[in-house]
Amino acid sequence: MSLDGQTIAALAPRVARGEITSERLTEECLATIERLNPSLNAFITVAADDALAAARDADREIAGGRYRGLLHGMPLSLKDLIDQTGLPTTAASRVRASHRATSDARVTSRLRDAGAVLVGKTNLHEFAFGTTTEDSGWGPARNPVDPTRSPGGSSGGSAIAVRTGMSLASVGTDTGGSIRIPAAACGIVGLKPGWSEISAHGVVPLSRQLDHVGPLARSVSDAWIMYEALRGEAREISAALEAHPLQGLKLARLGGYFAERVDPDVERVLDGAVERLRSAGAQIVDRQLAHAGEIAAIYLHIVLSDAAAYHASTLDRRPEDYTANVRLRLEMGRYVLAEDYVRALTGRALLRRDVNRALEGVDALVLPALGIPAPPIGAATVPVRGGDEPVRNVMLRCTQPFNLTGHPAISVPCGATPAGLPVGLQLVSAAGGTHDLLRMARAAEALFDLAG
Amino acid sequence: VTVDEWLAWAQADAARRGLTALGPILEGLAKATVTLRAGDWNEAADEPVRDDDPETSA
Repeated sequence: MSLDGQTIAALAPRVARGEITSERLTEECLATIERLNPSLNAFITVAADDALAAARDADREIAGGRYRGLLHGMPLSLKDLIDQTGLPTTAASRVRASHRATSDARVTSRLRDAGAVLVGKTNLHEFAFGTTTEDSGWGPARNPVDPTRSPGGSSGGSAIAVRTGMSLASVGTDTGGSIRIPAAACGIVGLKPGWSEISAHGVVPLSRQLDHVGPLARSVSDAWIMYEALRGEAREISAALEAHPLQGLKLARLGGYFAERVDPDVERVLDGAVERLRSAGAQIVDRQLAHAGEIAAIYLHIVLSDAAAYHASTLDRRPEDYTANVRLRLEMGRYVLAEDYVRALTGRALLRRDVNRALEGVDALVLPALGIPAPPIGAATVPVRGGDEPVRNVMLRCTQPFNLTGHPAISVPCGATPAGLPVGLQLVSAAGGTHDLLRMARAAEALFDLAG
Repeated sequence: VTVDEWLAWAQADAARRGLTALGPILEGLAKATVTLRAGDWNEAADEPVRDDDPETSA
């Protein structure tokens, strides 16, 4: 049995009825890891024996009438930034090679409570401080659609795992786009919930005020199931996620800054997706953010300072254990002046107001999740509209504002470039509106699936 | 401290610490700092920008 294209939402009822066992699903994921991980490098740690034991436990419980809900028996993975008892949490850094977690992160224990099976820990950009998953102490991860290209990052291993069926869903983190970027680059769904909706306890931080924990999944419904489980609400789910009606939906397409550095092939796919939403009854208006031009500067001063503060001790004691690029980025943070950090915090509050204003009178904002196709591995810059853009800057451009403001955001696959590289459409909703955001994304997903 | 003064000091300090590769990267941060300091909020006293202000909170 292949898990290619199978979703949790479709498999769970069959597991509940005993038509498929968790052991069989887990074996299939482990076989896929064995087959593909040597070339794609999605996993740092594979916990095959523990996973199979957990799967057999799940099967016994289900057969005994103790079904826990839609994640019961489902093989999942964790970004290796998240603690799982007994396993190393490497953060893809040799700095933490000897680490062993002595307890579960809050999200890990919630998945266990839901009956999930944890197959392993996925590769990432070292300490989540990058967008390509190239700078990893365990080597670069590769995009399953085109292995010469990055899977995006920093949750690149998680996106690969979900896309290929190494796990049915994964838990990632997103500090500037690290769930949505790899989701877009690999053609899956990535949800960054609102800030603090999901506990970051037991998760190695990059910037505690910008870090968000959330799911990468094969469908919006699966992202919703994971989201509810990560919040500790999995047992409450009893029916499928209801799509938001597209007729009458009001969407604001963000222009200006957010349209300036978008690859023409990506733009054509996004234009087509927005047009399909319009044809299905959604009303599309244009909006801009007043302080969009300052977003990157605000983000950079905050994330650099926060990361440098966390890493100062190990930077002094074991600098050679970091990858060269991440070490330099962290060292750069040690030179940010306090007065500029304060300016950035004030700018961040204004951005939050700008986004709230852009959301006035509409249900969600629409923009690219990633303005370029997945970049070639090793590229420092990519050509965009006649200029060369730094890969990191152009990849973060459309996602990082909503880490600064905390609004929930999701990337949904909406097509592919002529070269076959996936494109993700990003929807952003008001604070507290994650459930509505998922319903809107569900409607968009169904529309894009119909369009092929 | 102007951005130019800060950049000269930071690059000299990085070189002293043996981090010569940091020099060009700090120039990128300096550009971002120029943008940040030019933000219209820095000298405005009438902007409601506190996180607990209902006008600004998400």
